[in-house]
Amino acid sequence: MRALIRTVSGLYALAIYGFIFLPVVVLVLFSLQATSFPIPPFTGPSLRWYEAVLADTRLTSALVNSLLVAVVSSAVAVTLGFLSAWGFARFALPGSGLMRGLITLPLTVSYLIIGMGLLVLFNWAGVPKSLLAAGIGHVVINLPLCFAIVYSQMGDHQINIERAARDLGAPEWKVLLLITVPVMAPAIFAGFFLSMTFSWDEFVISFLLTRFDTTLPVEIWNLLRSGLNPKTNAVGSLVFAVSIVLVVLFELMLLRRKPA
Amino acid sequence: MNSVNSGRALPWALVTPALGWTLLFFVLPFVAMAVSSLTAHEGGGFTLSNYSQFFANPSYWQAMVNSLQVTAIVTVISVLLAYPFAWILAEQVPERWQRLALMLAVLPFWTSYVVRSYSWLLVLAQNGVVNRALTGSGLFSEPLQLANTRLATITGFVHFFVMLLTLTIFANLKQLSPSYRKAAADLGAGPLRTFLHVVLPLTLPGIMVGAFLTFVLCIGDYITPQILGGNNELLMPQLVMMQIGRRGDFPLASALSIILMAVVTIAYLACARWLKIERA
Repeated sequence: MRALIRTVSGLYALAIYGFIFLPVVVLVLFSLQATSFPIPPFTGPSLRWYEAVLADTRLTSALVNSLLVAVVSSAVAVTLGFLSAWGFARFALPGSGLMRGLITLPLTVSYLIIGMGLLVLFNWAGVPKSLLAAGIGHVVINLPLCFAIVYSQMGDHQINIERAARDLGAPEWKVLLLITVPVMAPAIFAGFFLSMTFSWDEFVISFLLTRFDTTLPVEIWNLLRSGLNPKTNAVGSLVFAVSIVLVVLFELMLLRRKPA
Repeated sequence: MNSVNSGRALPWALVTPALGWTLLFFVLPFVAMAVSSLTAHEGGGFTLSNYSQFFANPSYWQAMVNSLQVTAIVTVISVLLAYPFAWILAEQVPERWQRLALMLAVLPFWTSYVVRSYSWLLVLAQNGVVNRALTGSGLFSEPLQLANTRLATITGFVHFFVMLLTLTIFANLKQLSPSYRKAAADLGAGPLRTFLHVVLPLTLPGIMVGAFLTFVLCIGDYITPQILGGNNELLMPQLVMMQIGRRGDFPLASALSIILMAVVTIAYLACARWLKIERA
């Protein structure tokens, strides 16, 4: 019985791993294709499509735009999220529960609807489509996340350290910069990197709110109109690689927090 | 806890930027969308026609029906595939390999929607790997039409949500205290009975939360059906995007978005009973 369960479990897990990795393996494998179609038989390995991606200024500038939007919007989201989390955790504010609910509310609404709302608003207010507009949207989706991560990590332990600093005469801004920020650094970094990955991968808000200068997912979307193409595989593999790096950094932040 | 005597100004200064951002770029856009949905596309007066169009036009209805069908199928299949997988990871894999096994299982979760859907297009294409394997093995003489179908949309979705649900169900199984299982075994229950009467009921609230998350994310996604489903049938997000792209009809797009949101809210209220159990 036990051996049977082990065998069936093993086979099932293998099948699910296969299903999960099939598209990724096909994507990366055929990005190394030497000929012009990313379909079997495999003719590589060749790096010509990666060279084609790096030579394509539309793609490289979209890549720079994506990084810029991801870094700036995540920095804004984590700053606002951290300050508000500190405010709510340290001070008793009237209506605190309601306000915290409001800050986390965007988590329950789909990106499409957040993007649509901003599109309608900006259209009325005469704000032109731009990377800035998309970045504002990315802060909207990531602020609740940063807030929730930082807020959940603010415990009594930190309060006592802060209190000690105040007793020793530190003004409030010094407590914030020299005590709270360093103590909360793992949560702040975790929020930042998670926001980075979401912003980096986000499509629909950028699609709705940018026009000429756009982000990489939107530029990849434009590439899709030309059908299956190893160049799309190559740029897709690069996007995937960046996401993995961000996720690994995020994991390391979480792991480092554990022993504390 | 409140030992600080710096007056009321500091705490408000801390929370106001985040609150202001949320009000200005989340609440206000929603209000703008609601107002827009009640405005005529031509002329701009007050009208309910954007909403009545949805109920009057069978093709709009059909998009909602398609969305609900696809979402329901995806949710059920994903839960059924993910549960045993999460169980194997939590119970059969040795403790020290679990973190790695789980990380591997959700690695492709972090590819962007666009890239992931495109990858499935490669897999399911006329001359793609699946069709090559099927014709090569002699099972089929002709390649199957796999891409640009509802099946392709569902496959793309299930792929994503199996990973998401594996994460949530795994976390749930790990939270379960081993003493429950020990108690069941002491009382003479076999592994199957323990699972059916102890483990499954205790993880059900977690499954409900995961299923609800799947529902919300699935019904609002534009990319997967647009890339994989082709133009044979429309889902709601595609219908919304069509109004903006082709005709610049913001009022109708707003009305359809609000209807979509209303459906999600109704689903939430319907599940709230089960979603709440978890907090208790």
